[in-house]
Amino acid sequence: MLHQIVTMPNFKFLEDIAIADAAFEAYGDTLEELFESCALATFEVMVDTKNVKPEQKEEILIKDLNLDDLLFDFISELVYLKDTHKVFFSKFDLHINKNEEYELDSTAWGEKIDYKKQEIRRDVKAITYHMLEVKKMDKGWKAQVILDT
Amino acid sequence: MQVKKIEDYIWEIPVTEKEGMRVPARIIASEKIMKEMDQGVYNQITNVACLPGIQNYAYCMPDGHWGYGFPIGGVAAFDLKEGVISPGGIGFDINCGVRSVRTNLTFEELKPKLNELMDTLYRLIPAGVGCTGFVKLNTERFKELMVKGVDWCIQNGYGWEEDRERIEQGGRIQGANPEKVSQKSISRGVDQLGTLGSGNHYLEVQVAQTDRIFYPEAAKVFGIDRPNQIFVMIHCGSRGFGHQIATDYLRVFTEAMRKYSIRVLDKELACAPYNSPEGQDYYGAMVCAANSAFANRQVILHRVREAFSQVFHKDPKDLGMHIVYDVAHNIAKLEEHLVNGEKKKVLVHRKGATRSFGPGHPDVPEFYRPIGQPVIVGGSMETASYLLVGSQRAMELTMGSTLHGSGRTMSREAAKRKVKGYDLKKSMEERGIVVRAVSMPGLAEEAGIAYKDISEVVDAVDCAGISRKVVELRPIGNIKG
Repeated sequence: MLHQIVTMPNFKFLEDIAIADAAFEAYGDTLEELFESCALATFEVMVDTKNVKPEQKEEILIKDLNLDDLLFDFISELVYLKDTHKVFFSKFDLHINKNEEYELDSTAWGEKIDYKKQEIRRDVKAITYHMLEVKKMDKGWKAQVILDT
Repeated sequence: MQVKKIEDYIWEIPVTEKEGMRVPARIIASEKIMKEMDQGVYNQITNVACLPGIQNYAYCMPDGHWGYGFPIGGVAAFDLKEGVISPGGIGFDINCGVRSVRTNLTFEELKPKLNELMDTLYRLIPAGVGCTGFVKLNTERFKELMVKGVDWCIQNGYGWEEDRERIEQGGRIQGANPEKVSQKSISRGVDQLGTLGSGNHYLEVQVAQTDRIFYPEAAKVFGIDRPNQIFVMIHCGSRGFGHQIATDYLRVFTEAMRKYSIRVLDKELACAPYNSPEGQDYYGAMVCAANSAFANRQVILHRVREAFSQVFHKDPKDLGMHIVYDVAHNIAKLEEHLVNGEKKKVLVHRKGATRSFGPGHPDVPEFYRPIGQPVIVGGSMETASYLLVGSQRAMELTMGSTLHGSGRTMSREAAKRKVKGYDLKKSMEERGIVVRAVSMPGLAEEAGIAYKDISEVVDAVDCAGISRKVVELRPIGNIKG
């Protein structure tokens, strides 16, 4: 039987920690869904992602020994692409394989930054390692992230 | 956590409070500020006190609040042989800082043209996410700029000869090594020179309040010579270039810590011995970002001078648009300080803290040497900012350091729930502050209610004696990224 996986990005912003920055907790049934939630939360800090059309795409490939570093590098790459290509991302398709290392293969879709069309909030400078955590729960996955804004 | 009062405005957390603390932590604050200080500060400043090679104390200034790695307001100096360098003690926005500029204009003269001036400034100075500057750089020119900082700007027509001596370290810190900067950092920063960015960065037109001058002799040296004089303040840093350098080296240091068997209590405090190849590489790259931040504020000043010139039909020199000073508040610097009663060269990390060198210090420009180094403290956009001067007491008590701003107390989300951008803009305009904001939600996040009372934090450093209040600057125009 063929199962279609419907991903539902899922995150909430945390207000009581690192108050000058943006902290969130993200969830996912799968590791892929968790990373997708983290990516979307990152862009939600910058813009109302509902108004960002998924019309141009970027490929991202990352390898790391552990999941904290994998998430750090994935979000760092998205922030880098935002600055160099002047683009916000709103849709992500990703696969994570575990061989000797974790391998992340992702396509991110988005749209050029445009103050006339998008409700832009503030910039994200970087993902930090402060309290960064990727955790397997009884059901699914959870991550905690603090972004420098 | 046990906090002992050492004397008025000085609080100490002893080494017995956390396993691994190598020195006590000291917080400069009034009783009221201490009571309201968020708990993250105590945890983070004691984490800093555990870092290898730390000297004297781990310090936190009264504007301190929970950051990542170091608390915001954190200061720590390290031995050059045994000590470390940490991007978490500097911040991603390397050499985020503030520049203050005087003019010959009074509030009465400027008032009829305030809207026109703000429109012109808003047109000439790019702000917001994804903004790009007018200076076209390629990799080669960018690398030259990283080494030369403000000198590059002056050579290329974006500054006056006199500007360099009115900037911390002359706007050019020695030791920049462009070979240690990644191609990613270069491509992220190459088109951002002369841009404000977003978040809490701003450009403000201010009035030096005649009735709020606290130290008239120093005010005179700063060039305050007429009633309600117009000043300009620029707050921004090294933009994506610095953010990428910090990101790159956090990863390098995560690996280096295994190699050097360093353990830290917060992964964001990832560090390497200053004297190691990794530590030296980061220092060289960090200085590149610091110099580019000085250059960024310089190019923005060039545009500010152009804007004033267009609106008032006068040469900026005739408008007396001299820099008062420019300070870095996210940086690590090699400085000489007293350690166990002896002068020693150390690496001072200041994250959300400002240098506050006292009168007579050789690193203070000659014309400021009798009064001490100017200290610039930016308030929230609704409240006043301050100019202060450094003191000998800061040299003795806080390794020549003081506060940097008012300090946040409310999350951005909470601020947005309390106030809407358009309402805030209207309310500020009713109070005589003209706002030009790229993002309305971004404006609401920076509402004054989200910050500590700046007069309280400034009074705390003034009373502690680590800097002395000179003048209060009231905002009348604000450009927000």
